[in-house]
Amino acid sequence: MTDVNKTLDRKEVIYMLNVGKIEEGFVLDHIKAGKSLSIYHHLQLDKLDCTVAIIKNAKSGLMGKKDILKVECDIDKLNLDILGFIDHTITVNVIKNGEIVEKRKLELPKEIKNVIKCKNPRCITSIEQELPHIFVLTDTEKEIYRCKYCEEKCAEI
Amino acid sequence: MKHVMSPLDFTTEELDKLFDLAGDIERHPDKYAHICDGKKLATCFYEPSTRTRLSFEAAMMNLGGKVLGFSDAASSSASKGESVSDTIRMISCYADICAMRHPKEGAPMVASTKSRIPVINAGDGGHQHPTQTLTDLLTIRSLKGRLGSFTIGLCGDLKFGRTVHSLINALIRYSNVKFVFISPVELKIPDYIREDVLRKNNIPFQEVIRLEDSIADLDLLYMTRVQRERFFNEEDYVRLKDFYILDKEKMSLARPDMLVLHPLPRVNEISVEVDDDPRAVYFKQVQYGVYVRMALILTLLELA
Repeated sequence: MTDVNKTLDRKEVIYMLNVGKIEEGFVLDHIKAGKSLSIYHHLQLDKLDCTVAIIKNAKSGLMGKKDILKVECDIDKLNLDILGFIDHTITVNVIKNGEIVEKRKLELPKEIKNVIKCKNPRCITSIEQELPHIFVLTDTEKEIYRCKYCEEKCAEI
Repeated sequence: MKHVMSPLDFTTEELDKLFDLAGDIERHPDKYAHICDGKKLATCFYEPSTRTRLSFEAAMMNLGGKVLGFSDAASSSASKGESVSDTIRMISCYADICAMRHPKEGAPMVASTKSRIPVINAGDGGHQHPTQTLTDLLTIRSLKGRLGSFTIGLCGDLKFGRTVHSLINALIRYSNVKFVFISPVELKIPDYIREDVLRKNNIPFQEVIRLEDSIADLDLLYMTRVQRERFFNEEDYVRLKDFYILDKEKMSLARPDMLVLHPLPRVNEISVEVDDDPRAVYFKQVQYGVYVRMALILTLLELA
């Protein structure tokens, strides 16, 4: 590698780690360390044509380590139900003009559709491919979701 | 239009109405003999079942209706790959009500979402079998005179037996029901029943190993089969199986008004010598199964 390339590489690294403010979008804070990529996929952020920053293992006074997701897009494009299902303790900061204008509280959705698949091999969804995979919140206290068809408990995602 | 997927689809008040109707059918069968003239019941059984299918068919015939259907998946269009959703759309054009048994859990529920006729779950895998539970409840109510204020012993395979789990869930809605669970350690009730159903609702229960130790305290004894293949080794099976065989000797320890129920088929867990005991009501239970299915068909067809 030439000296020029080494310099360029270092610049790139510095640029990538210095994740700046976003002007409009949302910041998902207090994500459990290691969960950000799973959330990225479930929110289908890969399909959005916008800037997404994934910060893993950031230091946190509260959690020790945490992940953060910064997305520069319209807040309405975010499916809060899916996020609430994955982890309703995540903080959703809505950003406008570079400032936090709102902190949205997440709730456990009553029902989620086609986010996860039922893993019970005896469930009708295992043979009828066109059926939507629906899970229903059956115990708010214990945060238990069950398959609408076979009532099998949802495994952690 | 109402479908029946679980015994808990009915409130206890609705069950009272259903059981009152079943009682009237028992007392005055002639009154109901032609009430379903011109109506058809489709029995869609994707896996073989003798008692449940015949019970549904007898129920419809007793009401003057006719039956059509299939008794295993191989003789249905499922063998050609047709979905449950499509089959029920077709059945809706042929019949007025459908009883469906399927090895996959939730299949009757899928059918109910696409159906133009009431669908009754006649058993879906290890999940639900509501008409068995309704049969059990009607038998208890008719022969004991009440649902509630009794101690019921459930004996045998309490871990995998869906009829047992379903009956527990149905009975906790009545007051002053005490449970005694009689099973080998390997086949005890699952944790979720113990924690989420019983402890959560402060339902009194005890768990014992031997039937002799508790039979004297029971108002009702619900027997189930202990299957050899459920045990980890043959030695344990041989050592324990006699604890769960009801015979004359064990019956001599029971109260004179204790009733013995069984969802059937019985293999060897109830000795045939018990059959003549007036407290053995498992064959009457089969008859109540027909009455409750008749009441259910009338209720769902809104002919009651």
